[in-house]
Amino acid sequence: MSQYYVGILILICINLLAVLGLSLMTGFTGLFNFGQAGFLAVGAYTAAILTTQYKVPFVLALFAGMIVSILTSFFIGYPTLRLKGDYFAIATLGFSEVVRLLVENLEKITGGSRGIPRIQTYTSLPFALGASAIALWLVANYVRSRHGRSCVAIREDELAAESIGIDSFRYKQVVFAINAALGGLSGGLLAHYVGFIQPSMFSIIKSTELIVMVIFGGMHSLTGAVFSAVMLTSLPELLRTAQAWRLVAYGVLVVLIMVARPEGLMGSWELTPANVKALFSRKGE
Amino acid sequence: MPLLEIKNLTKDFGGVRAVDNFSHRLEKGGLYAIIGPNGAGKTTIFNLITGIYNPTRGQIFFEGDEITGRITHQIAQKGIARTFQNIRLFSDFSVRDNVRTACHRYARYSIWEGLLPTPRRKREEKDLAERTSRLLELVDLSKRADELSKNLPYGHQRRLEIARALAQEPKLLLLDEPAAGMNPDETVDLMAFIKQIHKTFDLTILLIEHHMEVVMGLADDIVVIDFGRTIAQGTPDEVQSNPTVIEAYLGTEEV
Repeated sequence: MSQYYVGILILICINLLAVLGLSLMTGFTGLFNFGQAGFLAVGAYTAAILTTQYKVPFVLALFAGMIVSILTSFFIGYPTLRLKGDYFAIATLGFSEVVRLLVENLEKITGGSRGIPRIQTYTSLPFALGASAIALWLVANYVRSRHGRSCVAIREDELAAESIGIDSFRYKQVVFAINAALGGLSGGLLAHYVGFIQPSMFSIIKSTELIVMVIFGGMHSLTGAVFSAVMLTSLPELLRTAQAWRLVAYGVLVVLIMVARPEGLMGSWELTPANVKALFSRKGE
Repeated sequence: MPLLEIKNLTKDFGGVRAVDNFSHRLEKGGLYAIIGPNGAGKTTIFNLITGIYNPTRGQIFFEGDEITGRITHQIAQKGIARTFQNIRLFSDFSVRDNVRTACHRYARYSIWEGLLPTPRRKREEKDLAERTSRLLELVDLSKRADELSKNLPYGHQRRLEIARALAQEPKLLLLDEPAAGMNPDETVDLMAFIKQIHKTFDLTILLIEHHMEVVMGLADDIVVIDFGRTIAQGTPDEVQSNPTVIEAYLGTEEV
């Protein structure tokens, strides 16, 4: 396989990790997060600083990035997770901008707006595939557990969820932490794939790209998250010959899908053996 | 010791006093009702008991413990379940999952086990599924178990909301206008259903109504409130013949 396609596959895995976290948080729990790039930045910078300056082993550095990212989510979540709907979304937006500006201004540690160059490209395809497969498996387990059902209950009706004894604040903290862990891992892998990082890679454009993937694939479907991570990561690359027009085509496609299917491509359908069987038996009728 | 004791409960919203010095005692096993015209403060009392609002003054005790000012889910966990006047189901869930979600505390596996399919998790999930099926059988919703709850007819949605509350195995069940929006036939069915669950689940029930007829055949003890204030209390017969009650419901004759 040419290096080019391997690169696209690695990018798909990296995006998928961030999208899985968002899908759990925004799709299943109903907490809009417009600042996922902030967690990517925390993970990327933590891991990159550790491997370049302190010669920490790659896997350990990735873990450190995830842990710092999780701690950040507690720090941000504690005051903001009690906010209702839109206000929380704005808070996440603010958070990611704060991270970006911090990174830009803490020049001694982060290299400021020039970023960190010469990061070893440790992220291999098998590693990225393995990490995203394990993450998908864990998140799929979670969604089908009693905790996952409690999260969906909070999305559906928070007051009713509270009144059947669900501690909504605690569950929000948990999914925010899982989301942060996956975002941090995604960032760490990205840094060690691209080989350099700079603040502009973690702007609101990145956050938007990721949340669009969740909405595009279907808010209530992990299958949709996987599908759109594959589609929307590879599409701009495959359209590369069209040059400037490729982003227009991308935008038009997203708009068309949202008009035709507001619930996203998959809606809440999941790719499970039972569902596939049901699909075919219905078609056979 | 009463199951629930409310002492001098008052709730102000800005300048409006929604509940005014309300006191009540519920003994275990009783079927109680609070009735009053629209806007009398009935639902506010429920919202105060379940911790959705904090009272301006007054105290609430459940099994002797003070629960005033506790958070909603903590109160639910102590054994108080409720329904809502405007049905609040998890509408994208199937009938089964609505009930199964409400059973969640009967499985004890941790968040970590939520990420991994451990044997304990499998065992407990199986137990939840069985509990759910048993309860759906009892409330006669088994046939519709896999339909989305938002697709159920109105009367069934009410019944499902009650089933969801029962799934918590509460000690006290609060029903907020369970007959609202129902036709007379459905109302008769519902009354029979409430009587049935009161017996089978060994419950204490407190229900709110503004239609007096609904509670007359049902409750042993009725409190009548108007403008947040208790205007009468007693058996259905006593309440029905009370002149203050008649005035509140029908108004005084214009002279």
